[in-house]
Amino acid sequence: MANRKKIGWYLLFTVPLLIIFTIIVVIPFVIGIYYAFFDWDGIGANPMVFTGLENFRILLEDERFLSSTWLTVLFTVLSVVSVNIAGLAFALLVTSKLKMANLARTMLFMPYLIGGLILGYIWQFVFLDVFTLIGEVTGLESVFFNWLNNEQFALFALVFVFTWQMAGYVMIVYIAGIQGIPGELIEAAKIDGAGSWQRFLRITVPLLMPAFTISLFLTLSYGFKIYDVNLSLTGGGPANATELFAMNIYNEIFGYGNYGYGQAKAIVFFIIIAAITLTQVYLTKKREVEM
Amino acid sequence: MGAIRNWSKEILLFLMALLFLSPIYIIFVNSFKTRQELYENTLALPEQFGLQFYSAAMEQMDFFNAFINSMYVTIVSVAFIVVLSSMTAWMLARSGNWISNVIFMTMIATMLIPFQTIMMPLMQLVTGITQDTGIPLYNTLSGLIFMNIGFHAALSVFLYHGFIKSIPLSLEEAATIDGASKFGVFWRIIFPMLTPITATVAILNVILIWNDFLLPSLTLIDKDLRTIPLSVFYFFGEFTIEWNLAMAGLTLTIIPVVIFYMLAQKYIIKGIGEGAVK
Repeated sequence: MANRKKIGWYLLFTVPLLIIFTIIVVIPFVIGIYYAFFDWDGIGANPMVFTGLENFRILLEDERFLSSTWLTVLFTVLSVVSVNIAGLAFALLVTSKLKMANLARTMLFMPYLIGGLILGYIWQFVFLDVFTLIGEVTGLESVFFNWLNNEQFALFALVFVFTWQMAGYVMIVYIAGIQGIPGELIEAAKIDGAGSWQRFLRITVPLLMPAFTISLFLTLSYGFKIYDVNLSLTGGGPANATELFAMNIYNEIFGYGNYGYGQAKAIVFFIIIAAITLTQVYLTKKREVEM
Repeated sequence: MGAIRNWSKEILLFLMALLFLSPIYIIFVNSFKTRQELYENTLALPEQFGLQFYSAAMEQMDFFNAFINSMYVTIVSVAFIVVLSSMTAWMLARSGNWISNVIFMTMIATMLIPFQTIMMPLMQLVTGITQDTGIPLYNTLSGLIFMNIGFHAALSVFLYHGFIKSIPLSLEEAATIDGASKFGVFWRIIFPMLTPITATVAILNVILIWNDFLLPSLTLIDKDLRTIPLSVFYFFGEFTIEWNLAMAGLTLTIIPVVIFYMLAQKYIIKGIGEGAVK
């Protein structure tokens, strides 16, 4: 009797959420795998033709997809580096004893709260108008021009805006890490005659390894999955030069109506993300130092 | 000497933060300028602070309607997420049997699935349910709320689970002996103790849901259901860009975020930190 009552409570507490979760996440994931083996245009009346691994074979010859993969990798690598350098630098600045530190922290975090779609539109204007203006005034027109019209620089523009969005976010992670380093440790090193650069490299960096793990994980997965900023800032252009992975999948499915093939891409997308993030967490976890 | 150096550092740090936010300043000042003023000097202050572009942008974006939709979807989704995921996490954390562990591990594993991997099958399923059973999941705000709960369940259960594990069991046992039901124990004893993590869960979800674009864009078709990101998107898509109008529109969308940030700054930074670290 008591046991039955216990099970009743258990079900009452967990089942509502688990049902919703199953309908929204688990079932679509499973049927998503199934769709990936078919040729289908998404119209219910039209036949779904089973093609086995054909979708995955075509994928390896799809130049647009391959170039989009390469662009995404390039974008992610550049972004991970720039977001983490900026975020760590900000964190070091705002954990100094300056009076402005708190205000600066508040301001630096601000962009993260504004959604990616809106950030993209804001920067579209900055590149279009302000960059050209600065170029004209300073004469540095080779640096300050509308990056969005240039196939190479449009990708850099994406990295730039993504960094602007995410730097304040990883800054918060690094601040927590820096505040966790005992002050005595830094003092002791100072007394032993270590310079500030040496203290940074030999003490701060190794003890920040857990913060690196988290920040790298966050920037890697956010970077690889970027969509909103991509859509509003460049829309994939000019000439598909910035059509990243997530956008390529969206266009394949909803733009060209290749539901089966697009879904095969989406499954590959999942596998790549899972592989990269799990490997990264494994590798950096190994390097963390015990305190 | 030292004082001067410190002062210059203070000013430098402030200027750097200001420069960092300069794009927002640019959008703000240009939202008041006429087209001619805008092209003369983008960085200067406007000659007058007229609101004519704001009223035009508000009308074209149907801003109030979008704002109400966004508020409704965000508040109701977050309320459901907090209630359902705290209850689930408590049972999963405290029952300690293998089923709970399997459920919990499955939920964590799904956090690696990108939205793009399930968006198409999800839309197939949701439109199918709407057509076959008449349950209005597709093209309704309630349907969007339902999907938000599903998508944010894993992260929220994960955060609650970690926090609950750190509460000593003896506190709960004392209350259970008094003969209170599980429901009573949870809502009167446990849930109040979860307040810090509830704040974190709520803030993370508010930010994610408020700014979400892709899911609402797939599921909301009717014009009067649009949330703020959707109305901005269509605003930029429908008209050839009139920048002064566009900038008034962008400023409008930023204002609620700034107000939210000013009201809950401390909790937001703390919440983001905790959400990321765990």
